[in-house]
Amino acid sequence: MTDFEQKVDETMKMGLQIVKETEEDRLMTLSVGPQHPGSGHFRFTVKVDGDYIVYCDPDPGYVHRGEEKMSEYRNFIQNIPHLERPVIHDSNNITYSYSLAVEELVNIEVPRRGQYIRALASELNRQVYTLYWLAIYGIFLGHSTMFMWPTGDRELFIDLLEALTGARVTHAFNIPGGVRNDIPEGFKDRCLRQIAYFEKRLVEYEDIFYNNPLFRQRTEGVGTLSKEDAIRLGVTGSVVRASGVPFDVRKVEPYDIYNEIDFKVQYMKSGDSFARSMVPFFDMRESCHIMRQLLDKMPPTGEVRTKLQPNPKGPAGESYKRVESGRGALGYYIISDGSPKPYRVKISVGSFRNMLALPFLLIGSKLGDMPSIYWSLNYWPVEADR
Amino acid sequence: MTSKDVPTERSNGELINNQGTSIDSKTVDESSNKVKDVGNAQSSISTRESGALSTKPEQDIINKIVARYGNNVEVLYVRPSRMKIRVLPENMISIAGFIKENFGFDHAESVSGTDYPKDNQIEVVYHIGSYTVEELIPKILALSTRTNRDEPRLPSLISIFPSVEYHERETYEMIGAYFEGHPRMERFLLPEDWADIPPLRKDFRIKGR
Repeated sequence: MTDFEQKVDETMKMGLQIVKETEEDRLMTLSVGPQHPGSGHFRFTVKVDGDYIVYCDPDPGYVHRGEEKMSEYRNFIQNIPHLERPVIHDSNNITYSYSLAVEELVNIEVPRRGQYIRALASELNRQVYTLYWLAIYGIFLGHSTMFMWPTGDRELFIDLLEALTGARVTHAFNIPGGVRNDIPEGFKDRCLRQIAYFEKRLVEYEDIFYNNPLFRQRTEGVGTLSKEDAIRLGVTGSVVRASGVPFDVRKVEPYDIYNEIDFKVQYMKSGDSFARSMVPFFDMRESCHIMRQLLDKMPPTGEVRTKLQPNPKGPAGESYKRVESGRGALGYYIISDGSPKPYRVKISVGSFRNMLALPFLLIGSKLGDMPSIYWSLNYWPVEADR
Repeated sequence: MTSKDVPTERSNGELINNQGTSIDSKTVDESSNKVKDVGNAQSSISTRESGALSTKPEQDIINKIVARYGNNVEVLYVRPSRMKIRVLPENMISIAGFIKENFGFDHAESVSGTDYPKDNQIEVVYHIGSYTVEELIPKILALSTRTNRDEPRLPSLISIFPSVEYHERETYEMIGAYFEGHPRMERFLLPEDWADIPPLRKDFRIKGR
């Protein structure tokens, strides 16, 4: 070996030493959000090793409003408009369980017609929410038609809700004791017409989106959550139903008139992103079925609201009530000390519970699967932060 | 509503009910096998269902817990589909494990902390539900405990119910209760540089209110 060859050899050895990586060097940290258009107002950091995610840390709180603290300063009625802010496009559901809890605390009953109207409003709102979610899911999987169609069809339900409540998104329609106003004239026919049209559209959604081979490749077998893990993590809504647990609050613990409605709990067993995107779709179809029955069985006349005193209050006590929202069980735990203002309001929302599944599913999957897993969790950052 | 359901009227953390008698003689009448002392809690907040539905399954669950833990469990109410018990912090893990193993409660729906400055106490409530046992699915067992407000330290239930992970972190920053055994007691929703007392304490005031 000549001097020259020896030098080259040493240099190469040194060079190899220099470029030898540690385990930490292999990883790259990526910050997703909070400004990222694909995450909503939510940030999480992932570490990737090549193409695979090895670490994930959710960091919510960018839209934390302190709803629970604010509720302690307002009386039971004043709380309604700000409590619906976390999910303005599902505002009838987030105020529904609040109304149920307050009704138990101040001990009032809701007239039957009022119960039917607010169930109808919450079903309409579920459609609005689910269509919005579907639009976002579509666009982040690169399917721009699936962004346009649900966004357009969502307007039908928004128009119905506008006719019913007077507002496009922030309805403030539910109040303890019933609903604010009666349904307008000709509403039933209009509603039935829209439902019939929408059911036709759902078939087209299935053709263009759910049967699309590209969509199925990106979702089938991706981010599989087993039934045991879903139960252990305590996820809810479409996430737990996609993993084979037929849990729907409307069925297991019927509130208001839901025990008079005939419907099936929609669930799937595979637990992957495809199942999680399919279950809300089935829910929309079932919801059309529920709305028809609600319109059919609704008492034609009668009160819609039990009038409360200006500053309603009940005896000291507490109440935990939940409803099925677009994102799963939505519970309110309200403690009253006998004054007109609640002593403590705790909102238990589906998004916050489903967040626990995010690192669980992301770790070990490819970075390219992140949008399909993240949006399939039916996560709404503003609701999770409250 | 009995006075023990009224948050501010409880003056100490002892497991004594409002009549001052010890709990097991009061709550469990062996001969009738029925939890007493819960009827008046239901009567003042009567729900639409309470007349129609019986609370027998709920009472059975509570009876079994009381039979096992006796004095260490205080039964606060038994209503249709809702139960609430209060235990001492040191018994939390044991009782949580007991209700998981024996009844099949498998996940926590919510964990909430409430501040009671008059009693100098903080109450933490776990609302525990079940997905696996069919007759438990509509039911919620509220497992609560009270701790000293000045130095609130509690055992974390994460080893029993992994679903409490983020709920306990939220409770930690919002009310200031420290959960021992939790792997990450760090900020979650609040800003990282939050330099005030926990916001859900009653002495934290919103500006202008």
